[in-house]
Amino acid sequence: MISGNIRNPNGIAESKSGMISKLGYALLYAVLAAVAALQLFPLVWLLFFSLKNNQEVFNLPPLSLPMNPRWENYAKVWSAGNIDVYFLNSVWITITATLLTVILGSLVTFAVTRMKWKGSSFVLGLFMVAMMIPVHSTLIPLFSLFSKVGLTDHPLSLILSYIAFNMPITIMILLGFYYALPKEVEEAAIIDGCSVNRMFVQIVFPMTSSVIATTAIINMIYNWNEFIFVNTFISSDAYKTLTVGVQNFIGQYTTDWGAIGATLMISILPILIMFLFLSNRIVEGIAAGSVKG
Amino acid sequence: MDKVLSNKKIIALYVLPSLLLILAIVYIPIVLTAYYGLNEWNGIGAMTFVGLDNYMALFKDATFWNSAWHSLLLALFSGLSLMLYLVVAMVLAARIKGAQLFRKIYLIPMLLSSVAIAQLWLKIYHPTNGVLNTLLESIGIANPPAWLAESSIVLFALFIPILWQYAGFYILIYYAALKNIPASLEEAAKIDGANALQIAWKIKLPLAMEVVKVTIVLAVVGSLKYFDLIFVMTDGGPSGSSEVMASYMYHEAFRAYDFGYGSAIGFFLLVICLAVTWVIRKLTATKDTIQYS
Repeated sequence: MISGNIRNPNGIAESKSGMISKLGYALLYAVLAAVAALQLFPLVWLLFFSLKNNQEVFNLPPLSLPMNPRWENYAKVWSAGNIDVYFLNSVWITITATLLTVILGSLVTFAVTRMKWKGSSFVLGLFMVAMMIPVHSTLIPLFSLFSKVGLTDHPLSLILSYIAFNMPITIMILLGFYYALPKEVEEAAIIDGCSVNRMFVQIVFPMTSSVIATTAIINMIYNWNEFIFVNTFISSDAYKTLTVGVQNFIGQYTTDWGAIGATLMISILPILIMFLFLSNRIVEGIAAGSVKG
Repeated sequence: MDKVLSNKKIIALYVLPSLLLILAIVYIPIVLTAYYGLNEWNGIGAMTFVGLDNYMALFKDATFWNSAWHSLLLALFSGLSLMLYLVVAMVLAARIKGAQLFRKIYLIPMLLSSVAIAQLWLKIYHPTNGVLNTLLESIGIANPPAWLAESSIVLFALFIPILWQYAGFYILIYYAALKNIPASLEEAAKIDGANALQIAWKIKLPLAMEVVKVTIVLAVVGSLKYFDLIFVMTDGGPSGSSEVMASYMYHEAFRAYDFGYGSAIGFFLLVICLAVTWVIRKLTATKDTIQYS
């Protein structure tokens, strides 16, 4: 009753302010929907023109539905443009680098948060400061280092670079989880004579599986989309990944809009599908990986 | 237990692989960048030590300062756009139905590869068949510009997809920070008669300030080292009018084969990014940190 009195001193004011707040609510909603439309519109347009031929792209209104969708655009670029090779390269390089980053990152995080040693905070600091170093400042020396050891035009140059540059953010996301994890189980295990290795593999690693999934997804997105290292280190088609492959392919077929649209769709579909099923984890991972820095 | 947890062999086994990797791929290269910058080198043949010549030349290089100005403009635009994102996040956090869905939609462009986004926006900006000019012509604007071919507008035309790509990221971070503010504070202010604007300005903004600072650093540093979309869409052109620091470095090293000069630019970029991070942190430093209890 008291709070009711404070919010609505009298009945007339109540109906008036109710109207205003409803109107305001609708206005806010319209703003949010407009932003969503801006974010989605280019992608919808891309989907539409990937299913058209040039004549339809040029002569029909841009947002007209593809009345007879030309799926053959997809089939054509998949085999003709080497896109299948690039796609498989992206898949295995992304997965290999992600697995290694998550395992190595977990080992470091475990050693920093659970083991007792001098210099642990210094080492952690090294990993965290690395996050502030621009990739581009390392590009020229990395290129010359890799060519000295014969790793240019070799997938290992990509995998090693991806692990090193994603390690800091991986450790940062893992750290928050490890700090919050109660140590009782581990302490009991040690008292029972469990070795550190066994404890890590059988107790800690499984207990952190949910944050590991989050970091793995973030790593996969970064690795899948990476461009500058592939563009600089890799020269033969056999090792190129989708980002650079798409770039080269489009360079050659600048006039076929349907083919270009289909190529772009193929390159973004895996991420879009992953997002459809795992959006909560992705949102959580990106939020966790950004704010704490 | 301490004995088990301070086993040096295990610590080395867990930490050294990652530590060596990050030293080799991140830290040694930045030292080398500084050193290469002191040499005349085409990337293949012998190096000639030239002292500070490259760095001196850099300070007199009008093309470099031009590219630095472009990077700075991007930093300014990205920084200012943060205010807009904060407003959208505040609306989202104000008990809007579907807020979860909206913030997910906003995030989609950030998850896609820069190459795909660049190629898509090349099509959007296409002078005759792009969706932008088609729409402009349909509402009666004759002869809309060739957005990426005119040196006076190309830079701003490039900023739009860059902001488009990262908007959802910042909205997500702000949303998470605002949701962290206990509802009791807002309730208390409401009872004291504060309206929505006052609550946003006097309560939510100050409490979200820590996160705002982090995002300012992210946006400004991210802009200063920005490369991807510009490299793919215009490659710094037409005639240098959209060149930024990172793309200038890339061109000097990998197109003009002036690795020494490129390295000097790379090192300068590193110093600027670290310095700007430090300055922004200092400028926005506050003594008290917020605790909800």
